[in-house]
Amino acid sequence: MSEPRRVLKCAALVALASVSLLLSGCGINTIPTYKQQVNATWSQVLNEYQRRTDLVPNLVATVKGYAAHEASVLEAVTEARAKVTQTRIPADILTNPKAFQAFQKNQATLGGALSRLMMVTENYPNLKADQNFLTLQAQLEGTENRIAVARRDYILAVQQYDTELTTIPGRWYRSAFYGSYLPIQNFTISQQAQQAPQVKF
Amino acid sequence: MYEPQISDVIAREQVSGTRWPRWLVAALLGLAMLLPYAVPGASAAPNPPQGGMPPFPALTGPVVDGAHLLPADVFSSLSQKLAAYSRETGTQLVVVTLPTLKGYPIDDYGYQLGRHWGIGQKGKNTGALLIVDAGEKQLRIEVGYGLEGVLTDAQSFGIIHNVIIPHFKKGDYAGGVVAGTDAILAVLGDQHQAVKQRQVRDRSGTGFLMLLMLFFVLLPLIRAMFGRGGRGGPRSGGGSGLGWLALGMLGGALGGGGGFGGGGFGGGGGGFSGGGGSFGGGGASGGW
Repeated sequence: MSEPRRVLKCAALVALASVSLLLSGCGINTIPTYKQQVNATWSQVLNEYQRRTDLVPNLVATVKGYAAHEASVLEAVTEARAKVTQTRIPADILTNPKAFQAFQKNQATLGGALSRLMMVTENYPNLKADQNFLTLQAQLEGTENRIAVARRDYILAVQQYDTELTTIPGRWYRSAFYGSYLPIQNFTISQQAQQAPQVKF
Repeated sequence: MYEPQISDVIAREQVSGTRWPRWLVAALLGLAMLLPYAVPGASAAPNPPQGGMPPFPALTGPVVDGAHLLPADVFSSLSQKLAAYSRETGTQLVVVTLPTLKGYPIDDYGYQLGRHWGIGQKGKNTGALLIVDAGEKQLRIEVGYGLEGVLTDAQSFGIIHNVIIPHFKKGDYAGGVVAGTDAILAVLGDQHQAVKQRQVRDRSGTGFLMLLMLFFVLLPLIRAMFGRGGRGGPRSGGGSGLGWLALGMLGGALGGGGGFGGGGFGGGGGGFSGGGGSFGGGGASGGW
């Protein structure tokens, strides 16, 4: 009496194990996995941008000490930073093209203002000799480099994720299980970066 | 490379009618699922060089002197020092000299080389590189994620400009590299002394987990199959085959999860290898 039930139970167990292993082997988890990678790389992007934002006040104060009459350049940096910190980042920024572009534009403006500031400092030998300034300069360079790396990692992760969403079998899995997974916004090279920097004398 | 052979085996069974035991086929199938984990590089090399980037040199030891800037005695003493440091602290510092980067930005090359080699401990990312590009007369200290708080950008900048470049400007490359390495090691100190013991404990933890899995998952499966095989007679044949398949796959999944992931540390003379650390662009660059 109990023998068939035991066999049935064993068969069910084996079937469950094999089905779950088979599915995990052929990509049912791929979309959520890639989404997690996108989230992780996005956090890193935010982290590095925040690091740059935090550097600005010290940098501005130090440059002001030597080059107070570069007021317009200093002001541009301060304003761009204020814009970055005041713009709230909505929770759905990754799937919201408008918010994403606004974020990208604000950060690009700050980046542009900072690079102009660093260009101006070339004219002040005393500033260039200040140990404090040299430290800040090294930190800013390192941060810009980290931002570039974080952005590239994010771009690759989003490409992978968006491709999975739109190609088979990811497309089938999405329509069957992952309807709430939307395509994610990616970085584009900004207009500013495409133009060669203008040097004014 | 191995998969065609396995499917050949299966095909041969079907075509010629040779009676391969079902469990053998199932076990082979399971092994086939294990292959992507076992063959390093089969699961996509993490960072293949892309457009215009010079190829990555091979990691032959903690000092890779591609530009031949270091005399033999300096090379061997530096290699021993860095290998010992890696063994003792779990932090890896690798010195790389390159003949030329062909104009490729060194900031861009550095972190990708570090990731490619996996310098530093997996998960802790305690690795650093000192890269010298002799052709373009530029150098860089590349700092892994886990060391960014210890070896800051400003400190890297200071070491490059105040310690290394004065030597390089006089043409004393060996002196600059040795002084720079010593300065980096001095900053890093022995922050990561405790790492080794923790690593051992981690490993034993995984072993225990696998033992548990064996006990509660694999053994009942085997018992169920053999138990039935004895009594069930011809009718249970199909189910038994499925069971073996599941067992094979489970073995594959377990093997992939447990054993083959990140590498340990080579350390010694011949077998220096990266531990699987990652880089995010921290550090500083300079030219002479």
